[in-house]
This record gives sequence, C-alpha cells and structure tokens, in this order.
Amino acid sequence: MLKVAGLHLWRGERHVLRGVSFAATPGQCVLLTGKNGAGKTTLLRAVAGLLDPEQGEVSWRGTAARKSRDEFHAELAYLGHDAPLKGDLSGRENLRYSIGIRRTVTAPEIHAALERTGAQAFADRPVRTLSAGQRRRVALAGVLLTGTVLWLLDEPTTNLDSDGKRLVASLIEAQLAGGGIVVAAVHQDLELGSGHVVNLELGAA
Amino acid sequence: MKTGPLEAARLVMVRDLRLAFRKPSQLLQPLMFFMIVATLFPLTLTPELSRLRDAAPGVLWVGALLSSLLALEFLFRDDAQDGTLEQFALSGQSLTWMLFAKTCVHWLLTGLPLALSAPLAAVGLGVPAEAMWSVVAALALGGFALSLIGAISAGLTLGARRGGVLLSLLTLPLAVPILVFGADATQRAITGGEFAPPMYLLGAIAVLGVTLAPLAAAAAVRIGLE
Repeated sequence: MLKVAGLHLWRGERHVLRGVSFAATPGQCVLLTGKNGAGKTTLLRAVAGLLDPEQGEVSWRGTAARKSRDEFHAELAYLGHDAPLKGDLSGRENLRYSIGIRRTVTAPEIHAALERTGAQAFADRPVRTLSAGQRRRVALAGVLLTGTVLWLLDEPTTNLDSDGKRLVASLIEAQLAGGGIVVAAVHQDLELGSGHVVNLELGAA
Repeated sequence: MKTGPLEAARLVMVRDLRLAFRKPSQLLQPLMFFMIVATLFPLTLTPELSRLRDAAPGVLWVGALLSSLLALEFLFRDDAQDGTLEQFALSGQSLTWMLFAKTCVHWLLTGLPLALSAPLAAVGLGVPAEAMWSVVAALALGGFALSLIGAISAGLTLGARRGGVLLSLLTLPLAVPILVFGADATQRAITGGEFAPPMYLLGAIAVLGVTLAPLAAAAAVRIGLE
C-alpha cells in the first residue's frame, strides 16, 4: 500500500538517500536502522512529503503521494524528534486543537488515549513543566488519536523509560494488528512480540 | 469524521488567542513601541500645533509600520520552532485556510489594538477630535493589509537563521503603497478633505491581500519546512 521507489535526496552537497526503496502492506512494520546521519529522519520526512526528493517517488494506495497530498496526509501521522506541543497549553488542550483540525474529537476519546499512554496524571499541566519523556507520552497519545493507517515515527522511544519503551512496542503491535502500517526510525532495538517486521538499514552502501 | 477547512481555521484561531493571552508581554511589545514613537515626536518637534498636525500622518504611519514589522517576527516563528507548522502541513487540511486564520488573529492582537490606541498618540500630535474615527479606520484597514503582506515574508524567512532583518527588507517595498495611501487618508481626515478615495485604495490592497497572501504564505511555509 505504501511504496517508496528509488528515492535520491541531497542535503546541500551531501547525497543522503541513495536510491532507497521499500514497500509496506497493512500489518507491516518497517524499522529503519543505521548510524547517526545515515538519513533515517530524512527518509521519514521525504516519505511524509516534507522534503521533496530529487528522484524517486512515494506512492500510497497506488497513486503518487505528491499528486493526492491532502488525501495521503489525512491517512498519516508523523511524530518527529520533538513532540509538537505548545508549552503554554496543557497536554489535553494541545491534543484537542492538534487532533481537532484533523477530525472531530471528543473529550472522552482524548481521555482514553492519554490513559493508554500513561499521560493521564499530568495531562492538565502546562506542557513546558513536563519532562521530555512525559511530553513524548502526550505526543504518542496524539498519534493514537489521529486514527490514521500510516504512522511515521522518528525515534519513538527517545527519552522514555523502560516502561515507556514497552508501551511504544505495544502501541505499534496494536496498530499493526488493526491493519495499520508503521515506519519507524530506531536506535535501540524495539522488541515487537508480534507483527510482520522488516528491517531496513540505511547508509550501508 | 474529518474536520472541515473552516472548522479547522476556527480551531487555529481559538488556539492562537488562548496562547496569546497566556503570554501577554509578547502582545504588548509592538503596541508599546508604537506609543513610545508616537509620543516622543511631539516632545522633540516644535510645540506649535499646526506644524505637529502636518507631521502627524507620517509619524502615525511610520510608527505603525515599524511596530507591525516588529510583531511579524512572531507570526509563524514559534509554531515553526515547536513543530506545529509541520503538523499543520501534514494534517491533510488546507494550509492556506489555517495560515489565513493565524494572520487574522495576528491582526486582531497587534494591528487592531494599535489602531484603537492611536487616538491617544494622535491627540498629542494635534489631530482634531472629529478626525479620530477616520484615523482609527485607516490604521485598522492598513494594518490588516500589512499583516497579510507580512505573512508572505514571514513564511519566506522561516528557513533563514536570523530572519528578522530579511523579513523587514522583504516586507518594506510591498508595504510602501499601504504607507502612502494610509498617510494620505489620515492627512485628508485631519485637513477635512475627501477621505474616501485613499480608503478605497487601501481596501483594494486589503482585498488583494486576502485573496493572494494566504496562498503565497502557504506555499512559502511548505518550502520553509524543508
């Protein structure tokens, strides 16, 4: 369903992505590995459509993602290095607005998602008073709430404790079991108990 | 259910207003700047009211333009830094509508208060009381056009490291027509001349801004996110 074919991308003088190709079908997880600077984040951003590759194409449900950008974006959730949260709003408020612009969302839904990621206890504090790990839990609740098929996660376990790492693994497993697709850049091993996992090492060539 | 573009824009407005009132100092800064500039002029120029009155349109409009340039930096910067703009761009919603909403809020929080507080400064410059409403109207309309044009430059300078200076350089040439017609409208209001023609021209610029600026800003922001 997601198909990435021959992506080439330069950042300035550096040829970061050298013809990356992969495909993923529902229930499949693609784990991107590689050294720092191997292009994991670049690849995720290119798949999301934030970066324009010099060559190659990302297609979704058989059509080029660039051609039907809004439809593609409506089906994907992207979580980058930093949690996209407003420091002066509480976690709950952040989710109400950031999910609200995508789809109609109710307070109980937000509550349930925050509970699922263990962010319930600090969801009403301003985000700037939260630790990096707590922010990530709020942001993960946001990913969960989008209800999208495709998740693009950049180092989803950063700043999380061992409990949090298990949480990320179980969220991904549930997403795969529900017919979703996950593309995640990972440093440490992500121990997935189930689901079809494909490893893609970048920068090996 | 997917949110409609207008509902998304409304949510962006509500969110921005709420954020702004949690950080009031950022709101007051451009307004303070305008008031300081406009009230220092009468002190440094002649105390003769008739001559101050001649200088009033220029002082008010240059002050308003500079203060709106100061405020423009905040338009997209915070949202770009914390990744909110990225999420906007990836939401599957029209970025144009959301940026238009942001620009409207920006005007509501900077341009409109500036226009409303202008009479305070204008009194010091010897502007007659009967001209006050016209002064406020011209500054409000001109400020709206300035915010819209500024949104394009703010989008274009997102990627630049020290965008502030570049932002001013980009905006100034585009802002000159607003400055000219706005000062003209204020001048006519003070001297009791025909006030409508320059206001129509300001209105035309604002309409052009409403139709084109959000589209251009959205395109610029998408480039800036790379």
